[in-house]
Amino acid sequence: MSALAVLWFFLIFVLIAGYFVLDGFDLGVGVLHRALAKDERERALVRRSIGPVWDGNEVWLLTAGGALFAAFPAAYATTFSGFYLAVMLVLFGLIVRAVSLEFRAHDPQWARAWDVCFTVGSLLPALLLGVALGNVIAGIPMAANGDYAGVPLLGLLSPFTLVAGLLGLAMCLSAGAAWVALKAPAGSAVHKRAAKLRVPCQVAALVLFAVATVLAFAVVKPVFAPGMLAAGVIIALVFLACVVASIVLGRKGNDLVAFLLQSVAAACLVALAAVTLFPNLVVAAPGSVGASITLMSAASSDTSLAWMTGIACVGVPLVLAYHVIAYRVFRGRLDDKDVNY
Amino acid sequence: MDMLSDVALLSRIQFALTVAYHFIFVPLSIGLGLILAIFATKYHRSRSDADGNAMRFWVRIFTATFAIGVATGITMEFSFGTNWADYSRFVGDIFGAPLAAEALFAFFLESVFLGVLLFGRNKVSSLFYTVSAWLVWAGSCLSALWILIANSWMQTPAGAELAADGSKAVITDFLAAAFNPSTLPRYTHVVVALLIMGAFASLAIGAWYLLRDKHADFAMKTIRVGAVVGIVASCALIVTAHSSAVEVSQEQPTKLAMMEGMYDDEVPPLYAFGWVDEENQQVITPFSIPGGTSFLATGTWDAQYQGLNSLAQTEKYGDMDVADLPVNLVFQSYHLMVAMYGLIMITAILAVVFSLRGGRIRSMRWLQKLLLVSPLFPFVAIQVGWITAEVGRQPWVVYPSTSGPDGVSLLTNNAISQSVSAPELLLTLALFTAVYVFLFIGWARVISRFIERGPVGDAAPAADAADDATAAVKEGE
Repeated sequence: MSALAVLWFFLIFVLIAGYFVLDGFDLGVGVLHRALAKDERERALVRRSIGPVWDGNEVWLLTAGGALFAAFPAAYATTFSGFYLAVMLVLFGLIVRAVSLEFRAHDPQWARAWDVCFTVGSLLPALLLGVALGNVIAGIPMAANGDYAGVPLLGLLSPFTLVAGLLGLAMCLSAGAAWVALKAPAGSAVHKRAAKLRVPCQVAALVLFAVATVLAFAVVKPVFAPGMLAAGVIIALVFLACVVASIVLGRKGNDLVAFLLQSVAAACLVALAAVTLFPNLVVAAPGSVGASITLMSAASSDTSLAWMTGIACVGVPLVLAYHVIAYRVFRGRLDDKDVNY
Repeated sequence: MDMLSDVALLSRIQFALTVAYHFIFVPLSIGLGLILAIFATKYHRSRSDADGNAMRFWVRIFTATFAIGVATGITMEFSFGTNWADYSRFVGDIFGAPLAAEALFAFFLESVFLGVLLFGRNKVSSLFYTVSAWLVWAGSCLSALWILIANSWMQTPAGAELAADGSKAVITDFLAAAFNPSTLPRYTHVVVALLIMGAFASLAIGAWYLLRDKHADFAMKTIRVGAVVGIVASCALIVTAHSSAVEVSQEQPTKLAMMEGMYDDEVPPLYAFGWVDEENQQVITPFSIPGGTSFLATGTWDAQYQGLNSLAQTEKYGDMDVADLPVNLVFQSYHLMVAMYGLIMITAILAVVFSLRGGRIRSMRWLQKLLLVSPLFPFVAIQVGWITAEVGRQPWVVYPSTSGPDGVSLLTNNAISQSVSAPELLLTLALFTAVYVFLFIGWARVISRFIERGPVGDAAPAADAADDATAAVKEGE
């Protein structure tokens, strides 16, 4: 097992975690925006809260996709072609939501259509990415060449994968509500609604996590690599502690800590997926002709991975610097100057 | 095979449609990104209201265009895995790294500083804001570099070898792969063409205002900037077009033969236009310059090139069935591109001559009308140029170029996703068409609203507000 391949296995999950934490909250904002904002002005405020940052957040997904392609081409090929219709739904969601965010304010006659695009376009990725991750953990029917051999789209739905999808969605909603609570003018109606909505979303996430855990051990029965089960237990405990603490501190009015703890919890969930899978990338369901795709079988050559590592060493600090700039420039709660009415 | 059940053909159609659509907005954003950065710099220097309004105008036009470019770009990155799984398995060792690098180095840069451009005007210094405009443009040019590295490797593979088991290409030399024989000629050619697109779009917007007798000062400024960028880029294009032509003639013999309709070995003449009779394997044309293409490629009038028939006899190109090649499509695309270049050069010269020094264009209605339609020339040239490059390498997706490593090539038909069925593809093709048409209409609505509103301050005029109470909700603008 090449050390570089192991490194890239975990780096891919770092990128996915970055995506889930960052785009997670703005997807959640998209799904919830009609519930959080009741008039034009409030909707403009809610969109403005993610306006300067959502695009950068979304790039984490493109980076994760590109890195998966580069580091583990076989895993990229199998999942993207095997989950074809699901990936397309995610894609259409991301496309229409991106455009609706930019066009909505400038096209009042089509306001309703753009709002629907924003809500549905945010819902599809928030739900389906969890379903996809649930599938690679639970295992998919695999052909000899590594292709998905199951039924298109519907074959991806099982109790476990559905719960995984809903868990992902609940995490996005929690983060979205927490973000708006953090950004809305203090004491405003939007602020109150967001703080109120945050709690049931977080409770739903806890319940879904419990159900997913039960289903994982009762039905999916993942085979843990040595040491990974212990790591998983610790990560799961951190996850639970973060969500509970986020609920408690959020109720005391500390919106910043509530959001940050919720973000750590989201990262924990992706980490949990990583340790459950390791060293597999895509598990072959029992009875498959093909074998599971592992980091050993799918990894690119060490030459390629070494160059990728060099690229990451230069690129990642730059990316972090950009994010620090963006979140610093647009820090703090929004006020009337930010949303001219 | 029936067309509706041919997965390879349907996948090609889907890729062609989605990339052509993406490539409407990318050239506009990269081209207009430069125009925006120039206007941001003007405002930073002068701090005048007029320049501030001009800059805001370009920010609005640019971001609406950029948004669609970004959104439809996700399709392209996903499509290698969704529709071209066997391609991804074959090239992943080489092709994935530039895509990841593009996201890491270019997309983050663009998206973060675009956020500053849109919402940060009152939050950052004027210098920071101006630098952000340049960074967004630099990011988009970097993005073009990485994606052209990846695409050029498909045209002229290098720095790789066939794996011992023959299943995939493996990298041997990263820099040789990245800077393969066609990377620099193609990158410069494309970027210069995109700058012409942006320049002509600004010429057209300026001309529109002149024709309507509105915002004359802004119109003249815009036309002057567009004219200068346009003429410089159009002249630079001669150099990049030549180096691209030389690269094709040296590295991609079947593409050259298709561009010129050469079935038999010959000293290629230069056609202005013509029609390839694919059945009888000949070019029908009223006139041609004997040896002209030979001269363009080599500087001599008598260089002989192999035609498609004899190339198909070679081991390297033996997989090619000459009767199936879309020779006329490549021939027409290429010659249309060259014809468009003629119109581009004429327009650029007229724009410079009559807009600088006194600006006689103000009273020249016919020239204003020409400028108004002129974005069509680079638009068509870019689209058909791309078709020339991509259809010209068929039937391969990874082309066996002259200097390419042995065995590192892949037929398009062997590159598909075997787990994706034709009905699924038909469904997504229909969805892409519907969604993309919807987005195009939305984009046209927003852009025409911006142009109608003109280079004015952010507070919407009272009349507008009365027309449309909700129009005033402007996030951070």
